[in-house]
Amino acid sequence: MQGYANPLAFRRLADRVLPWTLAGLAALLPVGLYLALVQAPPDYQQGDAARIMYVHVPAAWMALFTYTLLALLSAVAWIWRHLLAEVAARAAAPIGAAFTAVALLSGSIWGKPMWGTWWVWDARLTSVLILFFLYLGYMALHDAFEDPARGARAASILALVGAVNLPIIKFSVDWWNTLHQPASIMRLDGPTIAPSMLWPLFVMLLVFKLLFVSVWLLRIRAHLAERRLQGLRAMGARGVAATAG
Amino acid sequence: MPLFAAEDLACLRGGQLVFAGLGFALEEGELLVLRGPNGSGKSTLLRLLAGLLPRREGRLWWRGRTCEPQEAAHRARLHYVGHHNAVKSDLTAAENLAFHAALYGGGERVDRALAAFGLSALGEMRVRYLSAGQRRRLALARLLLAPRPLWLLDEPEVGLDRPSRKALAKLLEDHLAGGGVAVVATHGDPLLPPALVLELGA
Amino acid sequence: MSAIRAAGAVVARDLRLAFRRPGESLLAVAFFALALALFPLGVGPTPALLVRIGAGVIWVLALFALLLSLERLYQADFEDGTLELMLLAPAPLELLVAAKCLAHWLSSGLLLVLMSPVLALLMGLPGEALWVLPAALALGTPTLTLIGSIGAALLLGSRRGATLAALLVLPLFIPVLIFGVGAVDGYLFGLGGRGQLLMLGALFLFALAIAPFATAAALRLCGE
Repeated sequence: MQGYANPLAFRRLADRVLPWTLAGLAALLPVGLYLALVQAPPDYQQGDAARIMYVHVPAAWMALFTYTLLALLSAVAWIWRHLLAEVAARAAAPIGAAFTAVALLSGSIWGKPMWGTWWVWDARLTSVLILFFLYLGYMALHDAFEDPARGARAASILALVGAVNLPIIKFSVDWWNTLHQPASIMRLDGPTIAPSMLWPLFVMLLVFKLLFVSVWLLRIRAHLAERRLQGLRAMGARGVAATAG
Repeated sequence: MPLFAAEDLACLRGGQLVFAGLGFALEEGELLVLRGPNGSGKSTLLRLLAGLLPRREGRLWWRGRTCEPQEAAHRARLHYVGHHNAVKSDLTAAENLAFHAALYGGGERVDRALAAFGLSALGEMRVRYLSAGQRRRLALARLLLAPRPLWLLDEPEVGLDRPSRKALAKLLEDHLAGGGVAVVATHGDPLLPPALVLELGA
Repeated sequence: MSAIRAAGAVVARDLRLAFRRPGESLLAVAFFALALALFPLGVGPTPALLVRIGAGVIWVLALFALLLSLERLYQADFEDGTLELMLLAPAPLELLVAAKCLAHWLSSGLLLVLMSPVLALLMGLPGEALWVLPAALALGTPTLTLIGSIGAALLLGSRRGATLAALLVLPLFIPVLIFGVGAVDGYLFGLGGRGQLLMLGALFLFALAIAPFATAAALRLCGE
């Protein structure tokens, strides 16, 4: 573990892992899409519209997964001032936000034919929307300071506070929902899912996972390269100053 | 054995090295003066010694034991006067000092501290009506609120007139004579002949 | 013991400063009252409608009023260097943070609590609201101050304080809003709001356990 603290060692690891995840992604994506769009039977109630589930559910799942990862990495970055964890957390945030946005949008598109409305203030939707705002806040805080190191440390604290608060928000929103409006809408988790639908879902989950890992590694690598470039520029500037002085 | 010593200090700011390989050793009663152009890291070093900034490398000793500037024991032995005066313009001079005395856990030495810088007559005056030099004197009067063996002063003489400069020099002299140490960053002539001078950014 | 004295000095000083500049505290209260007056103008003065939305509107405005006042929580101390001295004080920073939050609540949240019965009358809420609303606000607003203190500390010295503060802090305010409105509506519509009041208390204790530490960690960054 300690070895990967070294950016160079990490780069070697990333270079070795990336071809595999990209190849896996290229291989599994057509399979997943075929299974989801052709192979899987249409829902007996919802028809073909239910196929959006194969995008919606993995996206929502990855949105939560990424925030958990973000919080864990932030804890490591905060406690040990671990550069790589900090970069990895920062690189994961926009991907998590994108997954959250996809989950919200696909849910909305799904909701229109099913519930007859683009949006309901359902507990689950509301808490995912709040998750989206937490992602945005994290990213904005990162960029809010002249000194990037300061932004990174502040964002780590926010990620941890958000992680503590997220279950509370979820819990309170659940309660709020039952208090104010009875469950009149169709529940996503209603009927237990048939194996013929579960398989495609599982493959799509794997596709999303591989997509995440690939993009994540690419972003971390880009961040590290950018830092190195800035370091070299600073050294270059100092060299010029030294010869001038 | 030196009272306060440092070895191989290095500090990063915004990913850039401000200084590295810095060290000193101060016996009881010795004054260290930091010199150097703007941006050479004088303030950074003082803030590091106060524990406000983390250091990248290096070790510090107090009475022969390694010391961590971030810990409470270190905070309880130092006075730090930075660029900011840390006085509230809506409070009177005496109220400002009384607040700082409570914050430092010092005794009720407010009158004495005011007197040392010739501020006794202004004690009941709101700070908003004081001049820049008077505010600086008020900030420096904090040094007298609680006895601390380590003084870290960042350009303390800025804005002071000649008598106040003398008062500050006298105060520093008494502090050193009492076995304390001080690290003072300055641009002009040092207030007292220093035991040690550290040229930064050279 | 000296740590308690230091914390007491922080409370006394902040209250004295608030008292000498009452404008800043009163501004939040004025906003609270004025913004409320806009609602009957906006949605129409139908009494039934105002009663239905009253608790929610008052709570949302309390959130905004506190949000407005949060910026000054650490900003002045940061600018004039007092924050550095608090970081260097022998007393634990977490305790000083709690003291600052207490003083801030006394000069902002408490005023909203005291104001709220008048606002309840303006919205035509039934008599029971005259005690439930202040009680719920008294339990909920300290939590808002504590959570807001984290946001204010995180944004200290940043390029875009106020707007970003809303983005960081408002999502974390949501549980308080939900249980706060739930408590008041629960009593007003005969559903019982005791559980929600207890929940507000629990949230306060939870925030009290976390916020001083997170705030102190964020403030230490400002020394750096």
